[in-house]
Amino acid sequence: MKMDGEPKETDTGVKVKLYYTPEDLPEFDYETSLGSPGKYPYTRGIYPTMYRGKLWTMRQYSGFSTSENTNSRFKFLLDQGQTGLSLALDLPTQLGLDSDDPLAKDDVGRLGVAIDTLRDMEEMFDGIPLDKISTSFTVNSTAGIILAMYVATGEKQGVSKEKLRGTIQNDILKEYIARGTWIFPPEPSIRLIGDTIVYCIENIPRFNSVSVSGTHICEAGATHAQSIAYPFLAAITYINEVLRRGYQIDQIAPLLSFHLIAGGIQFQLFQDVANLRAARRLWAKIVKERLGAKQEKSMLLRFSTGAMGSGMTEQQPLNNIARIAYYALAAALAGSRSFNLPCFDEAYGIPTEEAIRTSLRVQQILAYETGVPDTVDPLAGSYYAENLTNYFEKEIEREMEDIESRGGIVACIENGSIQSKLLGQAYEVEKKIQTGEIVKVGVNRFAIDEEQREMEVSKVDPEVLKRQIERLNWVRAARDKGKVTACLHDLNKAATEQRNTMPYLVDAVKAYATMGEIIGVLKGVYGEAEQPVFI
Amino acid sequence: MRGLVDRERPIRVLIAKPGLDGHDKGAKVVAKALKDAGMEVIYIGLRQSTDSILSAAVEENVDIIGLSILSGSHVPICRELSQKMVQQGIEGAKVVVGGVIPRADVQVLRDLGISEVFRGGSSFDDIIQAIKKIVRGTQRQ
Repeated sequence: MKMDGEPKETDTGVKVKLYYTPEDLPEFDYETSLGSPGKYPYTRGIYPTMYRGKLWTMRQYSGFSTSENTNSRFKFLLDQGQTGLSLALDLPTQLGLDSDDPLAKDDVGRLGVAIDTLRDMEEMFDGIPLDKISTSFTVNSTAGIILAMYVATGEKQGVSKEKLRGTIQNDILKEYIARGTWIFPPEPSIRLIGDTIVYCIENIPRFNSVSVSGTHICEAGATHAQSIAYPFLAAITYINEVLRRGYQIDQIAPLLSFHLIAGGIQFQLFQDVANLRAARRLWAKIVKERLGAKQEKSMLLRFSTGAMGSGMTEQQPLNNIARIAYYALAAALAGSRSFNLPCFDEAYGIPTEEAIRTSLRVQQILAYETGVPDTVDPLAGSYYAENLTNYFEKEIEREMEDIESRGGIVACIENGSIQSKLLGQAYEVEKKIQTGEIVKVGVNRFAIDEEQREMEVSKVDPEVLKRQIERLNWVRAARDKGKVTACLHDLNKAATEQRNTMPYLVDAVKAYATMGEIIGVLKGVYGEAEQPVFI
Repeated sequence: MRGLVDRERPIRVLIAKPGLDGHDKGAKVVAKALKDAGMEVIYIGLRQSTDSILSAAVEENVDIIGLSILSGSHVPICRELSQKMVQQGIEGAKVVVGGVIPRADVQVLRDLGISEVFRGGSSFDDIIQAIKKIVRGTQRQ
């Protein structure tokens, strides 16, 4: 039998001791290991005052069916005290298909709003001044087009480009690994990301041109350390693409933000926090020492946190509110700048208004009732938290070296080795949940015979597809066709000659070229990615 | 004594993700579990149309077509697939569906001819046993 004092292996495989002492931090030095908040290496946080200076941004992912629905949902959320908008786009929009494309019919307006042309974007932000809000777009392959539409919408509102604030996800590499909305092969996709970063450097300094994401790959089976290591490698790939074009690291790094995991199926409160503290420290070192940044703001790991639906159980769904609250606590203890929490009815479909509001209330309770934001990085100096932070920093570095020694992240995606590794890990976790080795309350322990609970499930209005196609046809009929053709021709030429596509995308969307038309041009130049299919 | 045992061919399963959703962890994890249970599994990947699924099913001569749908579009997709199976006279393969599926839709899918629906929280064993039962039932007919 195991003695009580022996290390316990946690569900994530990390071994945890009964208690920790100064001996667990042999080389601990406050200045070099932590630094005060806002000081290199930023372990404690990237700003001196953190939440006292500014609370985290409370953002919940939303966006429904059509631009009018989304517009009223946005106004509702802003009225409720939400401070940033996070927009879900439907899958056809994320994949560059017009709403009348035969492949799109079952997915139009389903997981988010449908955007076919600039007209949809204009309606979505009608009465919402773009210089007063920041908007986060979950979009990758078509990110440049969405950014172009946002710029054009701002222009029509009289808001100049430099006043726009927001984020486009624009992180293609994790799409091949986990999320699946790739269109083009990796190489031209990385070039397109370079185009958006350069455009932001030159024109929209307050816009985060890439949100490098660790959350999706975590859902797909990545460990804590991998969920930092792979995004870091992706970020370095995008940075190198822009360095290649003659820009400096200090121009590029401040435009990158990260979306990292706090919560989810492998949640362990202290490990999640330590992993993020380690990430902050390691990124500062990488940007300074490896990439040669001189300016402090380049070294800041600016991250939001999220956890997706997989931690949410279908059984006893109200239990999920407790889980969501712990995820939020982890995010706050880790110094996340913006929380995106899952909703308690996530296992049932698109979250209802009540569930979205409840997740927002969880954030507000944490912010205003608990005292948690009052002091910066409250776990600092804990033998346990610092030991775990050191452990994760080494693990993240080890995972990065592993990929780099095997040809780099692009090669490991193209040969499928990352995907198959994550799948194997996900399979093991799932088996452990099914055998009860990993406890899920209400699922494999403390389960009850529930009455056949019927939850309110958001439905897609069957009229949505019809209305969206009608509007698309109206726009097609009303626009200047000669102008569209000319803009698409110019875009084709720019893409072929490997010039920055962004100015041409802005012109094309202003001429009301459709998403499908623009992506069609780019497919002609770049080709399409091959799908690695294996199990 | 091997000769006394009926030589059954392993159950053949085609797994596909119809629609545009790209989250395929569930599909692939289930595929792995079925493989470990001795079945032959063909995973054809993302963004499959009902036509591509059916032609692969016929070509691979599968017993089971397993669809993974998380986007909420399970009803229209299954309706279209069932209609095409009837039109094309595909009778050998039975269809099962897994994913984010509201309880209220389970009967709707069954009425469309779907043999089994695996909602979130279904165990590998539930899925394996159900598939074996469906295939045994088909063989008796």
